[in-house]
Amino acid sequence: MRGFHGFRRPDGRVGVRNWVAVLPTVACANGVAEAITREVPGTVPLLHGHGCGRGMPDVGIHFRTLVGILKNPNVAAAVVVGLGCEVIKAEALAEQVRACGKPVAWLEIQGEGGSRKSTERGIALARDFVESAKRLQREEVPLSELVLGLECGGSDAFSGVTANPAVGLLSDYVVENGGTVILTEATEMIGTAHILAKRACSQEVACRVEEVIRRAERNVKDLLGPLASMVIAPGNMDGGMSSIVEKSLGCIKKGGSTPIVEVVEYGQPPSRRGLVIMEGPGYDGESMAGLAASGCQAVVFTTGRGNPIGFPTVPVIKVASNPRMYRQMEDDMDVNAGAVLEGAKLEEVAEELKRVLHQTLDGRPTRAEENRQGGILCLYSTVPSF
Amino acid sequence: MAKRALRADERDNVAVVLEDVERGEWVEVDGFGRLTAAESIPFSHKISLASIRKGQPVTRYGECIGVASKDIREGEWVHTHNLEVPGHLLGS
Repeated sequence: MRGFHGFRRPDGRVGVRNWVAVLPTVACANGVAEAITREVPGTVPLLHGHGCGRGMPDVGIHFRTLVGILKNPNVAAAVVVGLGCEVIKAEALAEQVRACGKPVAWLEIQGEGGSRKSTERGIALARDFVESAKRLQREEVPLSELVLGLECGGSDAFSGVTANPAVGLLSDYVVENGGTVILTEATEMIGTAHILAKRACSQEVACRVEEVIRRAERNVKDLLGPLASMVIAPGNMDGGMSSIVEKSLGCIKKGGSTPIVEVVEYGQPPSRRGLVIMEGPGYDGESMAGLAASGCQAVVFTTGRGNPIGFPTVPVIKVASNPRMYRQMEDDMDVNAGAVLEGAKLEEVAEELKRVLHQTLDGRPTRAEENRQGGILCLYSTVPSF
Repeated sequence: MAKRALRADERDNVAVVLEDVERGEWVEVDGFGRLTAAESIPFSHKISLASIRKGQPVTRYGECIGVASKDIREGEWVHTHNLEVPGHLLGS
């Protein structure tokens, strides 16, 4: 059994990247956060459009998601940049993160006297953190330290017979070696409650699985009414997918075949090792923010139509479901599961996935990292802003 | 030469074509056999492996992914124009 080489954090968790994150608490602080990271190599800006103008429960969801993203072990230290008058406060957020023992500093643009002064102070803080982070060494740890997130985006009708079942074999490998795998996107479990509930490790977990899927079903019906069965993107339909149930049946294959040991909320870290279901939306950016907040050090992302998106602090491994798209978008893809359509065995693709996963955990950049496809944070929200 | 299609489960009455298929072309389905495409079917879309009467289930991965919204003949393209999802599949 192979382990991986990562950075041990004060709370015991192990990161596979060593970022100093600069997080604005609100959209109004994005400019300063970005200016700081431009001047300090080794930092990453976690830009987003949230932090104010919302009531409950979204303030709570956004707050704990941002805290979780900074607590993620891929983050070595963090600078939190607030404006001053927003709902999500820099000091409160920094205090929550500091509880895990990680170096954190915060500042507010209004308190510092404007953008330039805040940027200068932020640069000084970030430089100190980067110097400390550079001194940390990778150490070998067992695969049981891994929390792997699963994602699919821009699926086609092949996803469920090539990329997703190959990732399912990878999930089984991680779980059988003591690690944790998180399957999410509850909207893409619609119509599969009867299948997934049977795979729960206990009656209680089975009830939670059904509850989460029923809620997703109700939500899409409330939002879309008679069109609920078509809650798939136009690209999915162009790719041959005819219903949400067809998409779901393919989607859940990413979870492999081990029992479901726990169901967690969006952005909540699992308390058990094994296959875990996280409640959350099917929208990729929001889903991956939830996975990062729940502590995933890496994400495996299957795609049929070709989706290049990554995540700022988490390596995202792209798995193509068909050879045609793989060849068209090779620069964005890490693994060609479409080889199955040309005679390769699923097990051979799974072996390639294991190899790429281990290389990625040990530090090799994924295509999304090379292409700087980290993008901005998209956070799951339940009600409109005001 | 026949074009190929992939059936996910032996209970399935549809398969996914691995390349664009023209009307009248042979399609070879792994583990099933050969049939003629009754119409053009785009890459990664589904071909019907049997006659499916209106209201009967369309099966993929061995599970119902919807029902035929009109009679479907063998070799026809199966997609949103002839497949619908009844409420019970969405939990109602």
